[in-house]
Amino acid sequence: MTSNIRYKSRIPVKTEDSTEEKQYVGFATLPNQVHRKSVKKGFDFTLMVAGESGMGKSTLVNSLFLTDLYKDRKLLNAEERINQTVEIIKHTVDIEEKGVKLKLTIVDTPGFGDAVNNNQCWKPITDYIDQQFEQYFRDESGLNRKNIQDNRVHCCLYFIPPFGHGLRPVDVEFMKALHEKVNIIPLIAKADCLTPNEIKKLKDRIREEIDKFGIKVYQFPECDSDEDEEFKQLDKELKECTPFAVIGSNTVVEARGQRVRGRLYPWGIVEVENQSHCDFVKLRNMLIRSHMHDLKDVTCDVHYENYRAQCIQEMTSKLAQDNRMESPIPILPLSTPDVDTEKLIKMKDEELKRMQEMLTKMQQQMHDKDQ
Amino acid sequence: MANTPRSRVNLLSKAISGTHSSTGGSTLLGYIGIDTIIEQMRKKTMKTGFDFNIMVVGHSGLGKSTLVNTLFKSQVSRRSAGWARDEKIPKTVEIKSVSHVIEEGGVKMKLTLVDTPGFGDQINNDNCWEPISKFINEQYEKFLKEEVNITRKKRIPDTRVHCCLYFISPTGHSLRQLDIEFMKRLSHSVNIIPIIAKADTMTTEERQEFKQRVRKELEMSGIEFYPQKEFDDDMEDKSDNDKIREAMPFAVVGSDKEYQVNGKRVLGRKTAWGVVEVENPNHCEFAQLRDFLIRSHLQDLKEVTHNIHYETYRAKRLNENGGLHPISSSDTQESNL
Repeated sequence: MTSNIRYKSRIPVKTEDSTEEKQYVGFATLPNQVHRKSVKKGFDFTLMVAGESGMGKSTLVNSLFLTDLYKDRKLLNAEERINQTVEIIKHTVDIEEKGVKLKLTIVDTPGFGDAVNNNQCWKPITDYIDQQFEQYFRDESGLNRKNIQDNRVHCCLYFIPPFGHGLRPVDVEFMKALHEKVNIIPLIAKADCLTPNEIKKLKDRIREEIDKFGIKVYQFPECDSDEDEEFKQLDKELKECTPFAVIGSNTVVEARGQRVRGRLYPWGIVEVENQSHCDFVKLRNMLIRSHMHDLKDVTCDVHYENYRAQCIQEMTSKLAQDNRMESPIPILPLSTPDVDTEKLIKMKDEELKRMQEMLTKMQQQMHDKDQ
Repeated sequence: MANTPRSRVNLLSKAISGTHSSTGGSTLLGYIGIDTIIEQMRKKTMKTGFDFNIMVVGHSGLGKSTLVNTLFKSQVSRRSAGWARDEKIPKTVEIKSVSHVIEEGGVKMKLTLVDTPGFGDQINNDNCWEPISKFINEQYEKFLKEEVNITRKKRIPDTRVHCCLYFISPTGHSLRQLDIEFMKRLSHSVNIIPIIAKADTMTTEERQEFKQRVRKELEMSGIEFYPQKEFDDDMEDKSDNDKIREAMPFAVVGSDKEYQVNGKRVLGRKTAWGVVEVENPNHCEFAQLRDFLIRSHLQDLKEVTHNIHYETYRAKRLNENGGLHPISSSDTQESNL
C-alpha cells in the first residue's frame, strides 16, 4: 500500500482534479508502521499485587491472564509466618495472542499486612519500586541503550478486604506511601460475600475516604471529544464503578448451560465474567484492553520523571557539598545496593573506559594520518 | 428401710435419675415425689431469671453485631442500625457493654453483650489483647470482692464473661498471627469459641479445608477452646463434646433481613446469584452454633466460667497475698485482698 504513494511537491499545481491526490503525503500510515514494529518487538508489562494474604490475589491474577502462575505454591501456616517479613517475588510469563507477544511480570508481595505489628510493612515494596526506577535511570544514562530492560512497575493492584467498613489504617498508609511512585488501582477483593447494596455503600465509602486522605489513585484519562457516544458512555460507567469489586476463580463450573469460570455455592453459582455479579470484566477490559498503554505512559512520564528529577536534585546538592567532578554515570547514594547493580556499574564503567580508549586511539590514528 | 443420712441421699439421687439400683440404697415402696424438686428448681430460676454475658472479639467488619442479633433474634447490638456515617476506628481497643432483657417461654434472660471495637484494626496491633484481658480479670475481681464480704448480697450480680466469641477472618488460608496470640493468652481465663465469620465467602470444599487447617493450627499452638477436653465430666459428655469439637470452628453467616424462599420467609442475604439462608444447614453452620451455644451449652458455659476460670483466678489472687480478709462493707474501696 505504501509503495505507490510517493512524496509529492508542495507547490500547488493549477489542475483542480489532482490537487487532493497531490497533497496526500502518506504519513497517515505511520501508526501502522509503528504497530508492525512493536508487534515484532513485543510488549512488556509489570503488574504488582499487594494486599493481605487470603484476599484472592493469586486467583485473580490467574483469572485475568488465564494462566496458572501459582501452581505449586506452599501456603505457610500461622506459626511459620511469625518471623516472616514482607518478601518480593517475581513471576514472569510470556503470553502470545494473535501474533502479539506480551512479557508479563507479576510482582507478588507475600507477608504484607500479616504480622501483628505492621509498622512500615510497605517499606520493602517502596524500596523495590525505587530500585527498579534507579536501575532504569542508570541504564538510560549509560552507553548501550539498545536493550534496556524495563522492569519498572507499571501498575499496582491493591486489594481491600470486603469485611471492613472502608479503608483501614494500613490501607491508607500503604496507598499514601506509594501513590507517587506507581499507579495504584484499588480493588475490593472477594466481592461475592457482599450484597449489591453493601458493595455500593462500601464503594462510596472508599471513594470518600480516598478523597479525604488525599490519595492519588490512578485516574482514567479523559475521553477525547471526538470519540463516539458509546465509548464515552462506557468510559463514564467505568469511572463511576471504581473501586472495582472483583471475584476470581481457578475453577470452571457449569452455569446456564455453559462452562464458565466461577464459584459453586450451595445457594447459587457466581460467574466471574458476568457483569451483574462483579466488576471483573470491567477490570480486565480496563487493565488489558484499553488502558495498558496509558498505564505504561503514566509510569514513564509521571512517576519515573518525578523520581529522576528528585534523584538529580539530590545528586547535584550532594555534589555541590562534596565539590567533586561529575562522572558520566552518576553514583547515587543508595542505601542497599544489591549485587546485581554493583556488577552492572562495574560493567558499565569498564565499557566506558574501553570506549574512551578506542576513541583516543582513533583520534590518534587520524591525527597520524593527517600528518 | 434405713434412715441414715447417706441412704437418704442415695434415695434422692436415684429418684432424680430415675433408676432403681440394688447396690447401696433401698428400693422405694411408694411414690414420694422427690422428682418434683426439678420442677421447683425450674420455677424458681424462671422467676429469678438468668444472666448471660457474651463478649465478641474480632476485626471490624466481620459481622459480629449482626451475628449476635441473629443469634438472639433481637436488636441486641448497638450498631444494629447499620453503619453510622461518622464511625471511626478507635485508636485503642475499647470495651463497650450493653445489656438487654429478653424473654422467651416465661424465662427471662438478662443478656449482656460486650463489644471490643478497635481490636486488630490498627497498623501496630501489639498487645491489643491487654484491655480485653484486663476487663475479664476486673469482672472476676468484682465478683471476688462481693463473695468475700461479710454481709453478702443474696444474688451476687454476675458480670463475668461467660463466653467469648472469637471471629476468624475467612481468608481461606489459615489463622492469622493475631488470632493465635489472642487465643493463646485468653483461653485460660475465659471460654473461647472460635467462629469463622462471613462464611458465604467460601465454597463448601474451601470451608472444610479451612476448618481443618484452623483446627490443626489451634491444636499445634496448644489452644484449648470451649468445650475444653479436660473438663468433660463423663463419657456421655465426652462423646457429645467430641462431636462438637470435630465440627468447630463453626462457619457462620449472620443476617437480620428476611427474604422469601420457596414460599417461606427465611433470614438471609440476597445476592445476584441466590439467597444465602442463614438457618439452612447446607448453607452455613449458624443453626449448629445456635443450638450449641444457646440450646444445649448455655448453662454449661456459665458453670465452667464459675467453677473453673473463676476459681483459677481466685486461687491465684489468694496465693498472691497469702490470706483473705473479709471487708465489712462493700463501699470501702480499701481492699485487704
